Amino acid sequence: MGAAPDEGESTPSASPAREGSAASTGTRTTPSAGWALLGSEISVLFRRRRTWVMLIALAAIPILIAVAVRISSAGSTPGRGPAFLGQITNNGLFVGLVALIICVPLFLPLTVGVVAGDTIAGEASSGTLRYLLVAPVGRGRLLLVKFVAAATFCVAATLVIVIAGAAIGAALFPVGPVTLLSGDTVSLGEAGVRALLIAAYVTLSLLGLTAIGLFISTLTDIPVGAMAATVVFAIISQVLDSLPQLDWLHPWLFTHYWLNFADLLRQPIDWSSFGSNALLQLAYIAVFGALAYGRFSTKDVLS
Amino acid sequence: MTDAATTQLAIETHGLTKMFGKQTAVNGIDLAVPRGSVFGFLGPNGSGKTTTIRVLLGLASATSGDVSVLGQPLPGRLPQVLPHVGALIEGPGFYPFLSGTANLMRLDTADRFVTGATRRKRVEQALERVGLTHAAAKKVKAYSLGMKQRLGIANALLTPRDLIVLDEPTNGLDPQGTREVRNLVRSLTAEGTTVFVSSHLLAEIEQMCTHAAVMRAGSLVAQGSLDDLRRAGQTRVRVLTRDDLAAENVLRSIGLMPDHRESAGDGVVALTAPLPDDRQPDAIVAALVAGGVRVRGFSVEGSTLEDLFVALTGEGFDVVQ
Repeated sequence: MGAAPDEGESTPSASPAREGSAASTGTRTTPSAGWALLGSEISVLFRRRRTWVMLIALAAIPILIAVAVRISSAGSTPGRGPAFLGQITNNGLFVGLVALIICVPLFLPLTVGVVAGDTIAGEASSGTLRYLLVAPVGRGRLLLVKFVAAATFCVAATLVIVIAGAAIGAALFPVGPVTLLSGDTVSLGEAGVRALLIAAYVTLSLLGLTAIGLFISTLTDIPVGAMAATVVFAIISQVLDSLPQLDWLHPWLFTHYWLNFADLLRQPIDWSSFGSNALLQLAYIAVFGALAYGRFSTKDVLS
Repeated sequence: MTDAATTQLAIETHGLTKMFGKQTAVNGIDLAVPRGSVFGFLGPNGSGKTTTIRVLLGLASATSGDVSVLGQPLPGRLPQVLPHVGALIEGPGFYPFLSGTANLMRLDTADRFVTGATRRKRVEQALERVGLTHAAAKKVKAYSLGMKQRLGIANALLTPRDLIVLDEPTNGLDPQGTREVRNLVRSLTAEGTTVFVSSHLLAEIEQMCTHAAVMRAGSLVAQGSLDDLRRAGQTRVRVLTRDDLAAENVLRSIGLMPDHRESAGDGVVALTAPLPDDRQPDAIVAALVAGGVRVRGFSVEGSTLEDLFVALTGEGFDVVQ
C-alpha cells in the first residue's frame, strides 16, 4: 500500500481531471471572445421568416410611393404630402428619401419594436433562455449580443428602404446630379454618399428605441407585450414632442431629432443635429442598457 | 486537501430556501449528492423539485441557504461551474424554425469554454447518442414531444460534463425511449459523470439510481443511498389463513405484533405484522406450521421504494402545497 509515495495524490480521483483531455474533447480552459454567439444571434434573426416579412414590407414602401407618383403623372401640388415628394419626378434618387421620411415615425419603430421587444422575452417564451443561461452565456453578454443584433436589424431596415428607393427611383424616373437644400448641386456618387449618411442617421436614431425595447423585454416573458410597449413608447414620445406646452422636455425625447436629417443635405454638411442626436441616443442606450442589466442580472428565470 | 469531504459531493446545499413572495417553494433543504452517483430527485408535481434545480443552475437565486456545485460555492462561481454542467430543465426549449442541428449549434456558441472547430462534430455525436441522426436536418417544429425531449438531452451532452441534471427526462417518451434514457444514464455514469435526475414517477428511475432524495411540499423528507432508503421503509409480513386466532398467537409468541386483520373471503383472514430486522421470514412460516396453523399464503411486503415514496408523499392527485 505504502509503496508509491504519490499514491495519496492520485487515488481519490473523484475530482474532475478534465484538463488533460481538453484538446480531444473540445473544451478549453480559457474562454473565447465569444464572437460565435453574435454570429449565431444575427444568423438566427435573419433566418426567421418574420424578419424577412418586415424587411420586404419596408422595401414595399418606396416602391408604392414611386409607382403612385409615376401613375398620377399630373405631379403633386407643391406644399402637399411629405417633403421632397415633388422632386421625385425630376430625380428618382429622392424616392428613398421620401420613403424614409414616411417610415421614420411609425413603420421603422414598429419593426424595431418587434425585434427589440423580442430579444429576451422571445427567448423566455420559447424556453431557450434557460438553456442559453445554463450554457453558460453570461447575462451581461447575452444582453450585449442581443442589443448588437437588434442594432444590426436597424441598419438592415434603413438600408433596405434607401436601396429599394434608389432602385425603383432609377427604374421609373430620370436620375442625375442632385440639387441640395443649400442650392449646390452634387454628383450622383456624392448623392449616394449623402443617402448612406442619412441611412446612418436614421439607424442611429433607432438605437435609443432599441435599448428601450431591450429593457422592456427583460420585464416580461410575453414577447408580444414587450413589442407593443416598445412601439407605444415611440408613439408617446412623438406625441409629447408635438406639444408646444412641453418645450422644455423636447430635447430629452429620443424621437426629438428623428426627422432632422435634412441638415445632411446642405453644402457644407451641418453636423450639429447629427451630433446632438448621437449624444441623445447614446444617453438612452446607457440609461436603458443599465436598467436592462440591473433588471436582468438579478432576475429569477422561471420561464 | 482540507475540503476533501466537500469535493466528494457534486451538489451540496445547506438550508436552501426559496420563497416566491410569501409562498415557500423550497423550505430549508440539505441536499448531498455524492460524485459519481445517479441521484434520483423524487417528489410529486409542485413539491419544489424544479425550483431547486433552477437554484442549483443559477437561474433563480436562493432566498437563503448555501449552495455549492462541484465543490464551488454558488452563485459566486457560477461562470466557472456551469461549463461542467449539462442540463435538461423542465422540458426542452428550442427554436421551432431551426433544425435540430442548427438548434444545438446555436446553444453551443453560447458556451465560451468550447472550441468552435469541433462544434459540428460534437453536435453530430450528441445527436447520434440520443438516436436523432435521421431527424437532424428536420425543423424542430416537426418534432414529436419525445424527439424534442431527446434533443434536449443531446444538448446536455454537447461536451463531456462532470454533472448532468435531467429534470423529468422521460416526460413524453414511450417505454422504449424511457429504456434508452436509462441506458444513456448508465453510460454516462460509466464515464464518471454524476447524474442528477428528477422525476415524479419513482418506477421510471428506480432502476437506474444509486441514491435518491424525496421532496414533499418544499421539504426534503428522505435522502440517502437506495439501500438506506429501502431499509427505512417498514417491511411487513402477510399471512393468509383460516386459523387466524392460532396464527396470531404464534406470531406473538415469536415476537411479531400483528396490527391489521382483514377478511380475504371464504373464511380466510389476512393478518399483517411489521417484520423486525432480525427476523427471518422463513423461520416465521416454520413456526406457524409447527403451531398447527393451516397457512394458505405467506408474503413479505412493503420493502419497495414505491411504498416508501407513497408513504412519504401521499397518494393520489392531492398536490400538497
